[in-house]
Amino acid sequence: MILPGWILGGMKHAIRVRGLKKRYGEVQAVAGLDLDVAHGEVFAVLGPNGAGKSTTVEILEGYRERDEGEVTVLGRDPARPTREWRSRIGIVLQTADDRAELTVRETLRHFATCYANPRDPDELMEQVGLADSAGKRIRQLSGGQRRRVDVALGVIGRPELLFLDEPTTGFDPEARRQFWDLIAGLARDGTTIVLTTHYLEEAEALADRVAVVARGRVVAEGDPATLGGRGTAKARVAWSEGEIETDTPTAAVLELSRRYDGEIPGLTVTRPTLEDVYLRLIEAGEPLADGAPQTVGSAS
Amino acid sequence: MTATPAPAPRTAAPLPSPIKIALARAAVETKVLFRERDAVVFTFALPIVFLVLFASIFSGVAEGTGVTVAQLYTAGLIGSGVMGTGFQNLGIGIAGDREDGTLKRLAGLPMPRPAYFIGKIISVLVMTVLQVAILLAIAVLFYGLELPSEVSAWATFAWVFVLGVSAAAVLGIAVSSLPRSGKSAAAVISLPFVVLQFVSGVFIPITELPDWLVNAASIFPLKWMCQGFRSVFLGDAGAALELTGSYELGRVALVLAAWLIGGLVLCVTTFRWKGRRDG
Repeated sequence: MILPGWILGGMKHAIRVRGLKKRYGEVQAVAGLDLDVAHGEVFAVLGPNGAGKSTTVEILEGYRERDEGEVTVLGRDPARPTREWRSRIGIVLQTADDRAELTVRETLRHFATCYANPRDPDELMEQVGLADSAGKRIRQLSGGQRRRVDVALGVIGRPELLFLDEPTTGFDPEARRQFWDLIAGLARDGTTIVLTTHYLEEAEALADRVAVVARGRVVAEGDPATLGGRGTAKARVAWSEGEIETDTPTAAVLELSRRYDGEIPGLTVTRPTLEDVYLRLIEAGEPLADGAPQTVGSAS
Repeated sequence: MTATPAPAPRTAAPLPSPIKIALARAAVETKVLFRERDAVVFTFALPIVFLVLFASIFSGVAEGTGVTVAQLYTAGLIGSGVMGTGFQNLGIGIAGDREDGTLKRLAGLPMPRPAYFIGKIISVLVMTVLQVAILLAIAVLFYGLELPSEVSAWATFAWVFVLGVSAAAVLGIAVSSLPRSGKSAAAVISLPFVVLQFVSGVFIPITELPDWLVNAASIFPLKWMCQGFRSVFLGDAGAALELTGSYELGRVALVLAAWLIGGLVLCVTTFRWKGRRDG
């Protein structure tokens, strides 16, 4: 497809948000939020309940109107969705408990009729691990199977951009791993994915970049490995009789080993986890530059 | 679950036609309707139970006209059945779709939104045709109802039926936005329906109601639907039982069409795709 330059310019990012604001009565749910998501990227939005994550995502999906700000999703303003635009977007909602009397196969086939070039429902059921449940009614499925249906419905139209709103809430660890494999597969095929989640290990496993949202703003953004100065933070060396923070943990361990003449009792060496960084970020609530040096809290 | 096929290159493949999607919606809605087996059984049974009750409580022939109780109640119960499936069942059903996220999910699809409504209306038509067929069969077999033989009577039946179902369905769609939640929908939507049945000539002949009630009932479509169906099943002899001595079919058409148009306007302007708690 050959496109004029001005369209390509606007399409550099799959999503571009500037100064987004949304208020519900007295509550400023989104208070001037900026966001860029590149094509083909897996982008995770982290934040506590009520931080404005879901409101933001629903504005991007075309479900909610904004009060202020510029928003472009796949080259269009989502407040004025068209069928063509909707056909390029896949949505997996946070809560979907429709108690349909249709079977899994019937549901996928039906949703496929809305798209120009849908995936094959039978192949898709195989890929998301629903092949054995194809003839079951949606109502009879377990929570994890339901979520697979949700994801299958989200991707059946071969979306360029997929929104996943807290996709694995309530999953057991094994189901969560399988789900991550599925999402990683979609990402490898070039689907741009925007994911909101409460699970930091999920963001770490899937996302190329994360944004931490608190009080309606992005307070930190970047690679999950280096977010909030995580990559350059001091390591904590702890053992049964004490702990230190140091830039040279190897030297510290060697020194301790000499002191104890071999094994160090109860030795652990840790760097701040994404969770440590995240908790500090949402408590501070102040915007932080990515990669800024940080001191690590002494208690854990 | 890993090897997902690469997305096909974006071509300018046209989206499926709205008519195709609307028909797919109709097929799915009808299928779902009939799979809720208990609901189907009770929807079909309700007018039959009333017919059995009324034909047992009252009997005989209306003075000087030769109109039987079975004729009178068959006509009224068809009207009430149309209103029951179109207005009550549909309104409660859509309120449930809104509560559990079905509507929100559909709103995110590249589906022309009227396709949803057309699908609902067609499924209601199918359901109501069957309901009326069963009611008529019972009335003929057990209560000696004689079906009209003139083509003109069936033509009247057809237009009153289609206009009535359509008007009831768009009002059902419109009223579904009224309840605050899916749970309260049955209570909110059933009250006006039950009251209308009492004042529109379904349970009680309209000639026995005080004037002010008749005037109030005349605003609503059920009274006119029942009047139209009486013209089909009671024939010319029954016209003497009407308040004006005539079935006023022109007015029946006018009032039902007005409700259909008004209901459509309400649907377009007030329909909510999300629950109240969902903003």
